[in-house]
Amino acid sequence: MDILVCIKRVPTVGGKIAVTPDGQEVDTRASGFSISPHEECAVEEAVQITERDGGSVSVLTLGPEAAVEQLRGALALGAHRAVLLETDGREFGPIATAAAIAAGVRAGSYDLVLLGNEAADTGDYQVGVRLAHELGWPVATGIKNLSVSDGAVVARREYRGVEEAYSLPLPAVVTVKEGINLPRYPSLPGRLRAKRAAVDRSSPEWAAEGLRKSALRVPESGKHQAEVLGEGVDAVPALVRVLEEWGVLS
Amino acid sequence: MTALVLVELDGGEPADASLRALTLARSIGDVSAVVFAAAVPQDALAGYGVTDGYLVEPSSLEGYAPQAWARTLAGLAAETGATAVLAAGTDRGNEVLAHLGAITGLPMAANCTLVTPDGGTTHRLVRHRWAGLLLEDAVMEAPVALFTVATDSVAAVAAETPAAIEVHVHKPELTEADLLVRAVESPAGAGGASLATARVVVGGGRGVGGPEGFAPLEELAELLGGVVGVSRVVTSEGWRPHKQQVGQTGTKITPELYLACGISGAIQHIAGCASARHIIAINTDPGAPILAHADYAVIGDLHQVIPALVEALRAR
Repeated sequence: MDILVCIKRVPTVGGKIAVTPDGQEVDTRASGFSISPHEECAVEEAVQITERDGGSVSVLTLGPEAAVEQLRGALALGAHRAVLLETDGREFGPIATAAAIAAGVRAGSYDLVLLGNEAADTGDYQVGVRLAHELGWPVATGIKNLSVSDGAVVARREYRGVEEAYSLPLPAVVTVKEGINLPRYPSLPGRLRAKRAAVDRSSPEWAAEGLRKSALRVPESGKHQAEVLGEGVDAVPALVRVLEEWGVLS
Repeated sequence: MTALVLVELDGGEPADASLRALTLARSIGDVSAVVFAAAVPQDALAGYGVTDGYLVEPSSLEGYAPQAWARTLAGLAAETGATAVLAAGTDRGNEVLAHLGAITGLPMAANCTLVTPDGGTTHRLVRHRWAGLLLEDAVMEAPVALFTVATDSVAAVAAETPAAIEVHVHKPELTEADLLVRAVESPAGAGGASLATARVVVGGGRGVGGPEGFAPLEELAELLGGVVGVSRVVTSEGWRPHKQQVGQTGTKITPELYLACGISGAIQHIAGCASARHIIAINTDPGAPILAHADYAVIGDLHQVIPALVEALRAR
């Protein structure tokens, strides 16, 4: 089974998130970058499948030259090959992203393409589905459990307390969510191998689309610093009073 | 201007998330609704201003098949001259509208909080990025605009006066390919769903210290008629199952009370709990970021405070 995993380089945000003065992107002066969490699980899932059944894992990203860092991160987790679809730094919309990835899929030979359900930053919730339509392949999204058998996958998710199972003939596209597995930490030999690995490159065309970003902003939270009720167990009577006031004690 | 809304049902009535989508749709124009079921919940839809209800009966399409639902919406949008198609920003809503976007080549904006028609084929909108930690102001230029609605940020508000609703039975034209991928449903254990709708959530983070530290939190949750939720570190350490995770990559919660115990408050966690009506933090660190999002805080060790709180509540 030859699997392609699509990942995205996103800012690592911790205690707070801020926007650049021009309102066009997240201020990353004080943060690093990482792979979107759902996609880290997609890499792990692909590596587990090929460890069990054989085959290869390729990892692809659409992003700037700096996104090689995330490709090497995925290689260190066990992926075998890396593909960079290099952008000039402009943000590709979901339609152009799906088209660029589809070209990358056609340039190889894959049985299964895995993506995250949605990218942590843009949250467009559609690239995997658009990619599947471009390729004419079946697709399942938001998947938390995947089993592979001869020529098909069964993809499962939970919805409103009901388990849904989707059977897809291969080749297919599946988007996964965190929780499908616990990603491993990269091994030292993995990291060394990743450092030396070659990265295939191409440069897809950016194209305008119907949805255009004007600006990003941080929403007003309306919350202020918490009022401290007290320290340790001495605060419990005050805590009970607050809960009574709010009517949460029935 | 006509907005066509995919309405998901919950026990035969419109799901809360879909009522929110209907509310937002009224800011675009006249509202029609599509229901995949045996019957249309007429009164509830009329109360939200729906003038036309389109019923896709199980005889045409039984069960959930995302591409078939999208094909149905595409047909209805063309037939009714809809200028916008909306769905709730749920797993299904986002998925169906993504298929609709792919089938039609139209752009789609996920998790919108505000949409305003701006003449011709233009809409101005505000949508979530980073699960709502950032807002994006954007412009949509499309003959038919596709929007999903951020379910934790738009309130469900009934129309001032109920509409006179007309129900139409719709028979979609589907191909075999549209029906290739479909859900086979079976009951699942409790978890994500009850966390998403719980009235009280007792949250545990790194400060709980390990899998064995959750017993007092479970006890408190039960006393308050709530459930336990956890931070990402707890699930990535394998202390608790992922379905209990509150946050950007877990479940978004909307309880009356969120009691965050030993949780520092990474911003991805805040994305999951910011819609709680009240937040109380119990934390040893008075500088923890969670305090900037909480109404009240107790500075102390949860392993002492929680048992004392349980005792005090039992004594009432």
